[in-house]
Amino acid sequence: MSYPPQGYGTYGPDPWRQTSWDARAAGNFIGGGMGGGLIVFTVLADASGAAHAALLSAGLALVGFGLFCVSLELGRPLRALNVFRNPRTSWMAREAWASVLLVPAVVATAAGIPGASSFALALALVFVCCQARLLQAAKGIPAWRAPAVVPLLVFSGLIEGAGLFFVAAPWHGAATRSLQIAFGALLVIRVVAWLGYRRRVAGTIAPGAKAALDGAGGMLIVAGTALPLALVAAAGFAASDVALALTGIAGLVAALAGAFVKLTLITRAGFNQGFALPHLPVRGART
Amino acid sequence: MTRWAMVADLRRCVGCQTCTASCRHANATPPGVQWRRVLDVEQGEYPNVHRAFVPVGCQHCDDPPCMDVCPTTATRKRADGIVTIDYDLCIGCAYCAVACPYQARYKTTRPVNAYGREMENERKRRDDSKRAVATKCTFCVDRVDAGLATGLVPGVDPEATPACVNACITQTLAFGDLDDPASNVSRLIADNRHFRLHEELGTGPGFYYLWDAADKPAAE
Repeated sequence: MSYPPQGYGTYGPDPWRQTSWDARAAGNFIGGGMGGGLIVFTVLADASGAAHAALLSAGLALVGFGLFCVSLELGRPLRALNVFRNPRTSWMAREAWASVLLVPAVVATAAGIPGASSFALALALVFVCCQARLLQAAKGIPAWRAPAVVPLLVFSGLIEGAGLFFVAAPWHGAATRSLQIAFGALLVIRVVAWLGYRRRVAGTIAPGAKAALDGAGGMLIVAGTALPLALVAAAGFAASDVALALTGIAGLVAALAGAFVKLTLITRAGFNQGFALPHLPVRGART
Repeated sequence: MTRWAMVADLRRCVGCQTCTASCRHANATPPGVQWRRVLDVEQGEYPNVHRAFVPVGCQHCDDPPCMDVCPTTATRKRADGIVTIDYDLCIGCAYCAVACPYQARYKTTRPVNAYGREMENERKRRDDSKRAVATKCTFCVDRVDAGLATGLVPGVDPEATPACVNACITQTLAFGDLDDPASNVSRLIADNRHFRLHEELGTGPGFYYLWDAADKPAAE
């Protein structure tokens, strides 16, 4: 009798990949992180005018897209409003409330109402943090429940939003050198968060999760960090038009790398821990 | 107070899956949904190989992660320790399914029949309220409550006892009140070495596994 290398499927003791959340759930983390990060970076850029309002609207639309993705995963979408019922303990309910509060704050900021931008900034950060804590509260999945996943998702969301901000730089023209430096610093922080996360989960996750994370991690380090850092550095020495193009490409690859890591984390690294027995039953005569 | 709990004596289980079948019969769960299932665990290398059958399902935790994450309050814990789901509130987000370290939750999005087309018994017991929402073992809470209402003792009187416990052919499974020191489960736990699954997660499972007699020298 032979046993499959991944154990006994859904009825065995070995870890297996969860199937409850798929790319639709990942879409929530990707859209929400990008949207929240874009709102944060747009507010910090302190731009004004039509481009400013458009970027904020795009951020809000991305948040909405993420929530739309997760609504496709609901078994009973017509009851979706029940999601607001338990903000006392559920990070999913808190995420929903943060998204609802984010709408008027962003609209008021886009309309130029004084003081609104601080609320939009804070709520966008709260929303991204809620998403990160949401994943970490999933105790059934070792790769998700590690506390180190929180800074990883938060900084990845900020990077993805910043990346989109730089993609749109030729249009809004607010990509200052100081923002580029902040972007570079965030890239370094994200990769440090990734390395810390990867080190902390090394002893707790299934081999299948390790393989998936290592593949995504290599891509994050090379294409998601080293390449955009080099592009941002090169932009410092280039003519303004070329510099805008270089930072735009840097932003795009950094954002796509973050999205890929999230997709991998949700859909391919989501192994449970199986059922390890601390003791086996003692039967018969003891020796 | 009362704390309903279950005990599985791993020395007794033969892996016959009668508990699984009885649970499916009692709760009319569709194919693929096993609120009570039995793991077949083989551990070690030849010639020192051990095999164990482990009944698993919802552990009715003291601090259930599925309840904390539920955004709708559909998942609740009763004062007697039984974790329940309100199928009318659940939105089917499956957050509880990924939060449960025991893989005890199921969500079926479309009708599944044993033989493709719907059979007569499936039509009669069809319950659309359980479709596209999270479902799990309830410790047969309806039987427990109905039994208590008529003065029966869950874990002692079969009419008030979960179906899997009643059906177990080897008396592997026992059900009772953990807060009553004279109950069957309290005595079993006191008289035997036991563990709970994934105890390091701090969930406080209400499901105990016996693996050796307490008055014998440790074998492992």
